[in-house]
Amino acid sequence: MSDHTGAVAEHVGGTTQSFIYIWIALLAMTGVEVLLAYEQVPVLIMLTALLGLSIVKAALIIAYFMHLKFEKLSLFLTLFPMLVLCIILMLIIFMPDSLRSLNMRVVQ
Amino acid sequence: MSEAKAATMDSVWQGGASPYAIGSKKFGMWLFIISDALTFSALLVAYTYLRLSTPNWPTPFHFSPSIIFSSVMTFCLLSSSLTMVMAVHAMNHGNRKATVGWILATIVGGLAFVVLHISEWLNLINNEHVTPFGNEWGVPLFGGTFFALTGLHMTHVIIGVIYLGIIAFAVGRGKFKYEDVEVSGLYWHFVDLVWMFIFPLVYLMSAKL
Repeated sequence: MSDHTGAVAEHVGGTTQSFIYIWIALLAMTGVEVLLAYEQVPVLIMLTALLGLSIVKAALIIAYFMHLKFEKLSLFLTLFPMLVLCIILMLIIFMPDSLRSLNMRVVQ
Repeated sequence: MSEAKAATMDSVWQGGASPYAIGSKKFGMWLFIISDALTFSALLVAYTYLRLSTPNWPTPFHFSPSIIFSSVMTFCLLSSSLTMVMAVHAMNHGNRKATVGWILATIVGGLAFVVLHISEWLNLINNEHVTPFGNEWGVPLFGGTFFALTGLHMTHVIIGVIYLGIIAFAVGRGKFKYEDVEVSGLYWHFVDLVWMFIFPLVYLMSAKL
């Protein structure tokens, strides 16, 4: 392996076939999401299912299309735990307040 | 060389020459992506906050045309991600001609997304009378958050199309290296990834048969 100053790095992981499989998986999960919307399932189940599928889709894109699975673990550890922590903090701070303001609404 | 490499490998957390064993362009793009992800997260949290605390939040997305349109848009963006991976793959094998072809296919996917998205916007503006500042249901925040979120995402797609156009042009003329194509691919996949959250949370959660 060469150093990073412009030389072509050795490209490990990911064949054309694996990319196509992941593309099909992403399309299939999108299809399930649209089906859920069509069936008009209850909101809470819908939200859980949609967010779950979206996170799986995002993970597949990051790991394979964005190649993070084949990078050093230190890159992942530098970037993602803080992103997840920030998002969780936003949710913890704002979501209870949002539901509280719903209950405090003056009935018209 | 091997000694230097070993030192780099051993001192990942001590700030070696290349602690992540990737180029600085790629690392820069990753840092941008993470900060941009926080921007979109903040907008999505704001959207969800307002939606939860508004009892009469409108659900104007009829299955036809809105949901069908946005599903086709999702297909365009997902497929353009596949062609972008192929472009990076071709560049890694030194095949510049194939790289340009795959990047052009990616640009076509991106443009199809933008055209469909604008027609979907026009449908919402003309038929449902939603603007960023008001609508018939008396929930102006719906238009505000909807156009802010999807507008920022569409801006990213348009910038991505221009970015990829420049990369394709330069690669075709024998300029730029593998890393440059890979970095542009990272940006494009990120734009795709953001849509994977906007599509379900904004469109599918507000679907109406």
